[in-house]
Amino acid sequence: MANATATKRRPKYLSLQAILFEIRLPLAGWISILHRVSGVLLFVSGIWLLFLLDRSLSSAAGFASIQHYLSFSLVKLSLLVLVWAYCHHLCAGIRFVLLDLHKGVDKASARRSSIVVLIVSLALTAYFGAKLW
Amino acid sequence: MNRIVVGAHYGLRDWLAQRVTGVIMAVYSVILVVVLLSGQPINYAVWRALFAQGWMRVATLLFAASLAWHAWVGVRDILMDYVKPTGLRLSLQVLVLLVIAGYLGWTIQILWR
Repeated sequence: MANATATKRRPKYLSLQAILFEIRLPLAGWISILHRVSGVLLFVSGIWLLFLLDRSLSSAAGFASIQHYLSFSLVKLSLLVLVWAYCHHLCAGIRFVLLDLHKGVDKASARRSSIVVLIVSLALTAYFGAKLW
Repeated sequence: MNRIVVGAHYGLRDWLAQRVTGVIMAVYSVILVVVLLSGQPINYAVWRALFAQGWMRVATLLFAASLAWHAWVGVRDILMDYVKPTGLRLSLQVLVLLVIAGYLGWTIQILWR
């Protein structure tokens, strides 16, 4: 019984080409895969964010060095990407929890909430980006 | 062994934990943003004083602990979806656990220095 799924071979139609060019995701699908991508991004960047927190809290000189570091455009841009990742992950996460609670499951409201997630997370990113610059 | 490894309830605890920890982190995020935006402009003294408060340290620790569990469930799900060879997947899962433990340890070190 437990091995039944392991031994049965099913045909696969997924290829890199299919993933990149042939499969067209609906908006909710984009929200979902971006939730995953942003989660990985945040996990991998943890070491950098902890470095920033560590140095900025270590001493006045450390704080100043981080301030100087954050004045570089590339650093700001990287941080902005992470701000977007955080905002998107948070907004999409709230949407998923609501879906788990059977709120907004029908097609029209699910699509509407996808648009809201996309817009709100971008708006929040723009707001924090403006604060950053 | 009578343990059933498939079925609707296997993994319920992790599923639920991921949602509960997510809510905890969402609450912390909102509080942090409000505190940062409503207070004085951030300089070293303000920044230092914020993290010197007991409630802030404990709240941040709760955030970090939630993050650790949340990230573990999430990354494990991704590894189960995309990494099929068992040995490679196990190695990556161990690596992820070590990274998470390292993050957590570093966070505690930063908070209680």
